[in-house]
Amino acid sequence: MDRVSPSGASPPPSRSASPTATGPGRVLVAVYGLFAIAATGRSVLQLTTQASEAPLPYALSALAALVYVGATVGLAVDRPWARSVAWVAVGVEAVGVLVVGTLSLADPVLFPDDTVWSGYGRGYGFLPLLLPAVGLWWLARTRPSSGTPTRR
Amino acid sequence: MVVQLQLTVVALSLLVGVVAAAYLVPDRRPDRLLLGLTALLELALVVQLVVGIVLLVSESPDISGATFVSYLVGMLLLPPVAAWWALGEPSRSGTVVLVVLGVTVPFLVLRLQQIWDPTWIV
Repeated sequence: MDRVSPSGASPPPSRSASPTATGPGRVLVAVYGLFAIAATGRSVLQLTTQASEAPLPYALSALAALVYVGATVGLAVDRPWARSVAWVAVGVEAVGVLVVGTLSLADPVLFPDDTVWSGYGRGYGFLPLLLPAVGLWWLARTRPSSGTPTRR
Repeated sequence: MVVQLQLTVVALSLLVGVVAAAYLVPDRRPDRLLLGLTALLELALVVQLVVGIVLLVSESPDISGATFVSYLVGMLLLPPVAAWWALGEPSRSGTVVLVVLGVTVPFLVLRLQQIWDPTWIV
């Protein structure tokens, strides 16, 4: 990873680093990455060992895994498409945690097996509820000003 | 599993977290001490993986072996990835990544123990 910017461009971070993955974004990507690994692992295990037992929660686990991987990659990578991926992933995450959180409290029978988003993510210290809020705020904050071409 | 080993993993992990947090105030970058502690944590996790697999095979408890092993392997990946991600950031935030590592691993050890022994309560 190069630490200098030989091109003389003003921002010091390496050229491969996305604006959303520097500064506080570094920590955000780390936490999203953690959730991506955890959710993917859980989903793969559920689908390979007990897929027929509880189709809805397990489908949700797979969706959550996809969302967390999308958010991690979207925030970490500096490509024009990455920011859109991040917006969609974090947006779906926000809707997911609110809908699943509400449904899991209103009708516990619907989700017999806990998902990351059950009870607004209370099994994970409510981090799943906090993450999309921080993610959306960070994406809005780092939004490039219009007219500025995206750095590559 | 082996309590002493898991307490060692938790202690090393918390030490990484505390040292990293202490580095935030004077704004020190991760140095040999902090990275050395992270490497020690990784070593303990390698030992935990080997011991865990040996115990799984020898005692064959009535648990999901796939879940158990995926936790062992998953934990092993975290310190190197966290260190790489932390070193790529030229500000305090890189050090915060190691704080996150330090507080995450103990929770994973707790989960690992619950998977090994479902009747186990903190």
